[in-house]
Amino acid sequence: MTAGEPATLIAAPPGIMEPLPAQVLSVDKETHDTFTLRMEQPPGMAGFRPGQFSMLYVFGVGELPISISGDPEHPGELTYTVRSVGPVTYQLVTRQQGESAGIRGPFGTSWPMAECRGKNVLLIAGGIGLAPLRPAIYHILRHRGDFNRLVILYGARSPKDVLYKKELAAWNLLPDTQVLTTVDYGGVSWRGYVGVVTTLFKFIRLLPSETATILCGPEIMMRYAIRDLTARGFDERQIWLSMERNMRCAVGFCGHCQLGPYFACKDGPVFNFPQVKPYMDLYEL
Amino acid sequence: MIPAGVRTSLAKHPFLEGIPEPLLDKLMGMAFEVTFEPDQVIFREADPSSFFYLILSGTISVEIAMPGRVLRIQTVGEGEELGWSSIMEKVNKQFQARSLSAVKAVAFDGVRLKAECERDTDFGYFVMCRILEVVAERLRATRFQMLDVYSSRGGAA
Repeated sequence: MTAGEPATLIAAPPGIMEPLPAQVLSVDKETHDTFTLRMEQPPGMAGFRPGQFSMLYVFGVGELPISISGDPEHPGELTYTVRSVGPVTYQLVTRQQGESAGIRGPFGTSWPMAECRGKNVLLIAGGIGLAPLRPAIYHILRHRGDFNRLVILYGARSPKDVLYKKELAAWNLLPDTQVLTTVDYGGVSWRGYVGVVTTLFKFIRLLPSETATILCGPEIMMRYAIRDLTARGFDERQIWLSMERNMRCAVGFCGHCQLGPYFACKDGPVFNFPQVKPYMDLYEL
Repeated sequence: MIPAGVRTSLAKHPFLEGIPEPLLDKLMGMAFEVTFEPDQVIFREADPSSFFYLILSGTISVEIAMPGRVLRIQTVGEGEELGWSSIMEKVNKQFQARSLSAVKAVAFDGVRLKAECERDTDFGYFVMCRILEVVAERLRATRFQMLDVYSSRGGAA
């Protein structure tokens, strides 16, 4: 722009700067505190890629970033898996069918599905971190011929905290697909593994050089998991993870989610590990 | 007496990876094969420490039994070890172990194994280094477990 030239306002696409109202289609209980909401996709809102998130707004209460957990190739609706831990999430999970909430988005970077093509894909999820990985799983299963072996390792706190139980069991029956679930503590009725998610690494048979790894879960879990993976010969450059920090504006304006030179909301949440490696151990960040 | 097939499987067990042949021969002389049916209690808490197991197949849960409640705190399976404390004197079993599936393992008498470690220090050094790796790995996993990273506080405990 030169001196004297009038400023031009560029309109943001619908649903980026202001929330668009959307109806709740269904609310399904996953665990004692976690629910999956299917919502209509507001008209004009762009489709999403696996790994992206929305800002969900309960009018008069507040707004939160929530990862999209549904099928990216199922147009017309958006799915979110939400753990009820505060006022906004409580209001979201207690919505009734036909009630509405506001949606902004979709925002952020996505899982590297193109880079995973032709390779084995190792997905490592912890707790609610399985939700942002589910769209990637749907994508891989829909385009199965493009990917080699799929291994899903999932760690949860206890058997009652395991998400998507039926889907995990169904995926494990698919050819070239292995699903292993472990819990930190189990009762006598739990017949699966007990121990942290890294204890499952010994059961996977994947050639590190031919494997792309995607992680989502508590940061400390990802840190330990990556340490183990690299010790086993996995290439750091073939590891991607989701860094979900304190996203507020979701468009890189407010700076709340700054991570070194990056804003997690717009440069992430999905990062290639070497990008964020220097910042993962810093207490101040 | 250990059959030749079991010896081959045992030589591939991660605990014995890289073991010199004479040390493997010595271990073989102390080993015997065991199997457990699903849901069989292998040992109970406070039992005198007796056997050290290298698991060849199947899954075993390590449990804490309380009145009316059993808490599973760890599972161990193929390629792992059970009962490392049997190599220490005056230590009774700290936990209960139960097979979750049919289990095949090779067992060693802890007292005899320790005595041989003291008599043949090359053998003893090898065994103790491997035991230390097992203990270190279990300690690391326990610390990680204690963080309770999946709680709503997200490891902030």
